Amino acid sequence: MSANPAAQTSRAPSAAFILKKSLISALVALVLFSLMIGVRTEAGPDGQLTYWTRFGDLAVMVAAVFGGSILIELFRQWWGPVDTARVVPAPVQNALAFGGRLVAPVLLVFTFLVPVLFYNERYILDLAILVLTYVMLGWGLNVVVGLAGLLDLGYVAFYAVGAYSYALLATNFGLSFWICLPLAGILAAFWGVLLGFPVLRLRGDYLAIVTLAFGEIIRLVLINWQSLTGGPNGVTGIPRPTLFGIPLTPADDGLAAMLGIEFSPTHRIVFLFYIILALALLTNWVTIRLRRLPIGRAWEALREDEVACRALGINTTTTKLTAFATGAMFGGLAGAFFATRQGFISPESFTFHESALVLAIVVLGGMGSQLGVALAALAMIGGFELFRGLDQYRMLVFGMAMVLLMIWRPRGLIGHRAPTVFLQRKEAISSDLVKEGHG
Amino acid sequence: MDYFAQQLINGLVLGSIYGLIAIGYTMVYGIVGMINFAHGDIFMIGGFIALITFLILVSFGLTAIPLILLIVLLVSMAITALYGWTVERIAYRPLRHSFRLAPMLSAIGMSFVLTNYSQVAQGARVKPVPPIITGGYTLHEGAEGFNVQLSNIQIIVVLTTVVLLALFTWLVSSTRLGRDMRACEQDQTMASLLGVDVDRTISMTFVIGAALAAVAGMMYLLYYGLVDFFMGFVAGIKAFTAAVLGGIGSLPGAMLGGLLIGLIETLWSAYFSVEYKDVAAFSILIVVLIFLPTGLLGRPEVEKV
Repeated sequence: MSANPAAQTSRAPSAAFILKKSLISALVALVLFSLMIGVRTEAGPDGQLTYWTRFGDLAVMVAAVFGGSILIELFRQWWGPVDTARVVPAPVQNALAFGGRLVAPVLLVFTFLVPVLFYNERYILDLAILVLTYVMLGWGLNVVVGLAGLLDLGYVAFYAVGAYSYALLATNFGLSFWICLPLAGILAAFWGVLLGFPVLRLRGDYLAIVTLAFGEIIRLVLINWQSLTGGPNGVTGIPRPTLFGIPLTPADDGLAAMLGIEFSPTHRIVFLFYIILALALLTNWVTIRLRRLPIGRAWEALREDEVACRALGINTTTTKLTAFATGAMFGGLAGAFFATRQGFISPESFTFHESALVLAIVVLGGMGSQLGVALAALAMIGGFELFRGLDQYRMLVFGMAMVLLMIWRPRGLIGHRAPTVFLQRKEAISSDLVKEGHG
Repeated sequence: MDYFAQQLINGLVLGSIYGLIAIGYTMVYGIVGMINFAHGDIFMIGGFIALITFLILVSFGLTAIPLILLIVLLVSMAITALYGWTVERIAYRPLRHSFRLAPMLSAIGMSFVLTNYSQVAQGARVKPVPPIITGGYTLHEGAEGFNVQLSNIQIIVVLTTVVLLALFTWLVSSTRLGRDMRACEQDQTMASLLGVDVDRTISMTFVIGAALAAVAGMMYLLYYGLVDFFMGFVAGIKAFTAAVLGGIGSLPGAMLGGLLIGLIETLWSAYFSVEYKDVAAFSILIVVLIFLPTGLLGRPEVEKV
């Protein structure tokens, strides 16, 4: 590479080159934004469309693109070509490896202590519950996408099935959360198998689009089957979980009265926090155990190469179906938890956006890395919360972040997809040597 | 019978719009092998740009409808094509040789960006326009006062689609660019060895796909008289369904699939229920993929180790 003179010159572009490139970018931006940002339309009170111009905003945007592309070019020049191998000194590497081993236990201990540390900060507790819900969803989807390599864009369907199962069973038949939780899991797993059957023969992008369609079908049915699901109004008055039958309410038979302490609504939040933590850890534990069973090995083999998998006599049908069912079950459990935490659910909570968010978490987490998924969930949901004040710009930023993260780290933040089993001795396999199992 | 004939006409018109979008999907899938998730939103952007251009032209006092439509069509095609180019340049080209999930997620991210960009830039409310092209013909006077109508706008939509298809088929089959595109579809490495600029060809594919989507967006605006920032998502999935139904990678297949999806959706709404029309379209997708994984006109994929 370095012997190539063309590569040498292109590595150090002149100021004129940068300026030219940025000018082109600015010009493209001017055309792109000219009508969409330069002109604003709105329907007037009489339904007649009117428009007004916003050339100031347009100028600001074009200037931002111009400045931005100069900065990007300068950064590129400083950083060098993308594929340069960056040698990290050995002591730093060792320290990183040591730190890497510590991350998981430290994170776990910290998570256990969150309700203690932030007992009085309702907002942080709520956020922690939300993050844990997504960690659980991420770990659940990880079974399907990360381990079995089946691209599922309709994961939210199982989340919805779980949530509606609990909500309907609890409001119609008065069943308690602890009975409904496994039921929701089983029902979701059943739906997972139901989806799994028709898509067994599909792979890759076809699978993605069918699962996406499935997710949309479930949502549309939830909206339109008004007599059962309440349509767009959703289900209200979903009961809260109890601790062995003791409700966490200020009533006389509530937990606070029984223990003789003063009631506080925070008790329930903390209780919910530990429920979702337990559920998430259960997901993690089951996944780790399953990976060491023949079925887990079969999933990983399926991900790496389906044809080879079949040649080895692995039953791909059951392998795929179990992956779908297991992932769906965890989605269903998370859904039941979501319903009981919110006390109200409607189809609006189960849009494609949720599926994309969970999938983004799994892919960013490095497809198969449990710790990576947890960190990605923390980063995504935390980052999402940081932009809460931006309101309508939030989704815009989310989309941009998704694109930029994919360009920056296509294999995720922890892009290390090592198989669980190795031949003879342990050796790390670089992630770019491992290819998708599309066979 | 009259009712059925009317639904048939409506279905064909809707199907033409889906077909125009589906071509963009099928072309990109054929060459790059990825689902361009943002394509539905490109269609939406096309609709918005057509709307804004139209408003500006009218406020400048232009009254000749054909002239207005022509300018709107050209402006909308040009700017939307640039959107397609930019999306490819920013979100897909850096990931060309990356592993397969990466461009897919990048595309989903880009779809969010475009949807929310138009929401931020143009507001969340639906933008209605008064009917621009009015009038039509009564084809058949029914006995119970139900007439089979063919409106001018329907004729324009179908005619535009046919003309564009003819143009596009010519482009793919007998121009240098079309030959390059077909070469890239078969083998990118070999094509580049033989002097085809692969990057440029892929860019042009996105540009053409976006331009066709812009036409679809404009037709949608004329036909339904409204645009909103969220219309790209559902239209996009349906057009993709159409592309899969016709056999992805096949251009006549995309058009055929579009017509079929349009017909199924219209007839389903007419005879069963309007609420479940999308469910019907998506179920068709699933059923087709089970029984005809390569679609109606697609080539079977060879399984390689």
